[in-house]
Amino acid sequence: MVNETRFAPWDDPEARPLIQFRGVTKRFGDFTAIDDLTLDIYPREFFALLGPSGCGKTTMMRMLAGFEEPTAGEILLDGRDIAHVPPNRRPVNMMFQSYALFPHLSVWDNIAFGLRRESRDKAAIEARVEEMLRLTRLTKFARRKPHQISGGQRQRVALARSLAKAPKLLLLDEPLGALDRKLREETQFELMDIQEKTGTTFVIVTHDQEEAMTVASRVAVMDEGRIVQVATPEVIYEAPNSVYVADFIGDVNLLRGTARARPAETAPEDQPQETQQAAPDAMPEQVPATKPGDRRYQPNALGMRLHNTLARVFGAWIEDEPKRLPAPEPAAAPKPKAAPAPAPAPDIPPGGIEIDWAQGQPAVIAANGEPALDGKPVVLALRPEKVSIAKDRPVAPNVLGGKVIDIGYLGNISTYHVQLSDGSMVKAQATNTRRIARRDITWEDEVWISFSATAGVVLAE
Amino acid sequence: MRRALLIASPYLWLLALFLVPFAIVLKISLSDIALARPPYMPQWHPGDGLVALGEFLGSLDFENFVFLTQDDLYWKAYLSSLRIALISTALTLLVGYPIAYGMARAAPEWRPTLLMLVILPFWTSFLIRVYSWMGILSTEGVLNQFLTGLGLISEPLQVLNTNTAVYIGIVYTYLPFMILPIYSALEKLDDALLEAAEDLGCNRTEAFWLVTFPLSRTGIVAGCFLVFIPSLGEFVIPSLLGGSDTLMIGKILWEEFFSNRDWPVASAVAVILLLILIVPIVLFQRSEEKAREAAK
Ligand SMILES: Nc1ncnc2c1ncn2[C@@H]1O[C@H](COP(=O)(O)OP(=O)(O)OP(=O)(O)O)[C@@H](O)[C@H]1O
Ligand SMILES: [Mg+2]
Repeated sequence: MVNETRFAPWDDPEARPLIQFRGVTKRFGDFTAIDDLTLDIYPREFFALLGPSGCGKTTMMRMLAGFEEPTAGEILLDGRDIAHVPPNRRPVNMMFQSYALFPHLSVWDNIAFGLRRESRDKAAIEARVEEMLRLTRLTKFARRKPHQISGGQRQRVALARSLAKAPKLLLLDEPLGALDRKLREETQFELMDIQEKTGTTFVIVTHDQEEAMTVASRVAVMDEGRIVQVATPEVIYEAPNSVYVADFIGDVNLLRGTARARPAETAPEDQPQETQQAAPDAMPEQVPATKPGDRRYQPNALGMRLHNTLARVFGAWIEDEPKRLPAPEPAAAPKPKAAPAPAPAPDIPPGGIEIDWAQGQPAVIAANGEPALDGKPVVLALRPEKVSIAKDRPVAPNVLGGKVIDIGYLGNISTYHVQLSDGSMVKAQATNTRRIARRDITWEDEVWISFSATAGVVLAE
Repeated sequence: MRRALLIASPYLWLLALFLVPFAIVLKISLSDIALARPPYMPQWHPGDGLVALGEFLGSLDFENFVFLTQDDLYWKAYLSSLRIALISTALTLLVGYPIAYGMARAAPEWRPTLLMLVILPFWTSFLIRVYSWMGILSTEGVLNQFLTGLGLISEPLQVLNTNTAVYIGIVYTYLPFMILPIYSALEKLDDALLEAAEDLGCNRTEAFWLVTFPLSRTGIVAGCFLVFIPSLGEFVIPSLLGGSDTLMIGKILWEEFFSNRDWPVASAVAVILLLILIVPIVLFQRSEEKAREAAK
């Protein structure tokens, strides 16, 4: 990671931002592309903009480069309002999403274009262009015209051209999209290296979250012209502030349910067992007991009845599964007996919340949940890599039984799509330490998935 | 069979509409003037037999071409035509480029209308339009009346029957041929390129000269050839608007042919004109090909 030296000017009240968006709104006709956006970007940052197509990333870049003026609000660069500074007077260069290479100029001349505008001497220009060509590995193609090179090479020319002037602020609109993985990773490191060396501030738009995670000091997740969360990659990934961010970044299981506060000091041992045992059989009683005022349960009970009826008709054995404690499926039968009870009770920190999230499933424990959420609808965002999968019932705060429906083999890891007895799907990940032929979990296997009491992030709906 | 016909058709076209007429004109240019009908010698008809054909071929010579070099009227006329064609092409470019640029920058919904307006003059006869310029430029014409009315001039300007009138006529007539190719080149220009140029430190003027202008070059070249080639041999405009001292090869050709009834010399003049025109035509083809290559 680039910021191991604790580069965090955003936490420093003394730090002066390089760019400040202050209440910036941009409308095209009556369409609002950027909606009252306030944001500080600090010098030497590698700032990534992430968001779905059409959320306003390019529009933000174009306002920074000077091609669009904000409809309202102001943009400050180094403390100066730049609204009326023309693009050629800004210490900003942009790499265009469409590359915008000059078709009548060779690769060499494209890269030299900006340098020639600032009346440097010829030798300096030549040296700089050669350096850029080396950096982007285009030396062999220097004399070609843009239409004589491949898409990825064109992208590198665009990158080299925007880098050549070593601007104070460099805007990269999807700079690496057309490169193959290896070259992309190398270029990412090159970019980080350039940034270290030159102290340029980068704002980068990318669709590739991994890329954002790799290069960025901070990531802004956008949605429909607004910034939903700005934080370091770790925080964005580990502590998303909303379901939108959790869902947008990486793979995630979203367990929607109702929070129930857990006692802060009770002996932790009984709590989970009780719920796990009680849940399948005594669901209807449990509901009024815990949440007298919650109406959300009424239709669900009906749904439960419907589900039970259907399940009885279509697959009686699935119906049995929730009542797994006494005797689960025949295949796994010996094992639960061998571990006659979850006797070595899982070590669960007290406090937090439990989430009743699906009929027929035990409530999940989130010790990091805010007890104040009691009674409110919440979502537990759970990364697949924090969910373990096993054939034998493990000892853990949260254990759910299910069946493997699909396995996504990704080389180093596999993602297991596990269907729980109520039909909901949960993804779990495991590293492939064994060769694929010897993998012991396969399709249709009855498995147990488990996760710790603090594995997920509790988000209010 | 159909394939062969398809491949052959452009060649047949070329043969029927260019090579055969050219061969006829070339043959006449090698003949001698005669008081006959048609007014040249020798003649040969397919029924005359091969011996007659031999005699006929033997009596063809380059006398008329030699004559063209002896009388300085002809080469002066060629040079003067070249000069007038070059100057009027440059003038057409100067007038046409800004118009094409304005059209390409206009709001998209306006462009079809503007294009229509450029093509509209073609709906009336070329001859009538040149005649109407006589009405505008003559000493009692609209232009002089307008200028005297404003009090800018006291004496009417002598514009008609000068080279100026010829330039005006050529620029006016061939302007659409200049505008259309330039417009089509400019319209294809990606705005992002201008933004990129500005982003890299150009102001608007520099961006125009470094990006817009070079990228409209193919249009400029095409437009210039489309104006230059026909105006070199132009006959109607110099004879209607030009003066007695306006020397253009088209006029000479006409006089040789109709006034002097010297078909062989007129044909020789035409053959030389064609040879002169072949150079820019080949150049034009070459540049078109290059442009097509680059667009790929
Ligand atoms: N000149 C314009 N006129 C009208 N609408 C525009 C204009 N430019 C952008 N928009 C709209 O503003 C919104 C944001 O566009 P923008 O190009 O910033 O998206 P983006 O986040 O860069 O998307 P992508 O990831 O697809 O590049 C889009 O809905 C787009 O249609
Ligand atoms: Mg974009």
